[in-house]
Amino acid sequence: MTPLHLCLLISAGLFSIGLAGALARSNTILVLLGIELMLNAANLNFIAFWRFGPSPAPANGMMFVLFSIAVAAAEAAIGLALIIAVYRHQKNIRLQDADTLKG
Amino acid sequence: MTIALLLIAGLMLGSATAAMAGRNLIHSALLLIASWAGVAAIYLWAGAEFVAFAQVLVYVGAISMVVLFAVLLTRQNQIADQLIAPPTRLRAAAAVTTGSCVAAVLAAAICSSSFAPGAAEPPSTTVRQIGLELMRQDGAALLIVGIILTVALLGATILAATDPKVGPGSSRAGEDVP
Repeated sequence: MTPLHLCLLISAGLFSIGLAGALARSNTILVLLGIELMLNAANLNFIAFWRFGPSPAPANGMMFVLFSIAVAAAEAAIGLALIIAVYRHQKNIRLQDADTLKG
Repeated sequence: MTIALLLIAGLMLGSATAAMAGRNLIHSALLLIASWAGVAAIYLWAGAEFVAFAQVLVYVGAISMVVLFAVLLTRQNQIADQLIAPPTRLRAAAAVTTGSCVAAVLAAAICSSSFAPGAAEPPSTTVRQIGLELMRQDGAALLIVGIILTVALLGATILAATDPKVGPGSSRAGEDVP
């Protein structure tokens, strides 16, 4: 088993943990954190292919990960602001209760 | 070399699992910080120092603080997540099954594919090289990411700052009272 296989297996494990957490939990913050874990798993794949794959440019994978981290930061900020807005509306952040669009 | 990777990965996956399975939100947030630090350690192990520091700054430093603030601001509902109703348990079982199935499919796909052997040494990338590439080839992408971040943070501020009880119409009247 090459290091590339190992890195990809680790990131597949991280992705699955994030997926199971995002599906299982009813707390909105934990669902968002599960999605963040899945994004991190994708970033791990970028770095693994940059390091162990035949890479044409020396900084290619790093650029992908830097931009991905920036977009993930924006996503986390928006998500947590939405959670606070939902909490203001219904004093609760359970996903099952947030099923109305109006009011 | 591989043992270090396995050690870091074990810590990272363990803390991620504990965070997703735990009841206490604060503990989950703190365990996820450990997990993100583990991801940064894997970046360091792979030789991507700049990305590792970016990960530490953005995830371990910034996003963790935002998450902790959100947890503290929405603290009232802690009891709601602690009560495990039967539908919740059923959904948790279904989610764990889905996650394991996805993990099994991914692992089978990874193990059955063969990759061309890569370089033995990590590609030598200096910060100067990264900066030049960001400014030359990826200049447009850098600008777009800057715009996305600005718009997203402005939107987040507006979303979190608006009080639904004091709407745009009634805010003027509310201010006039004192």
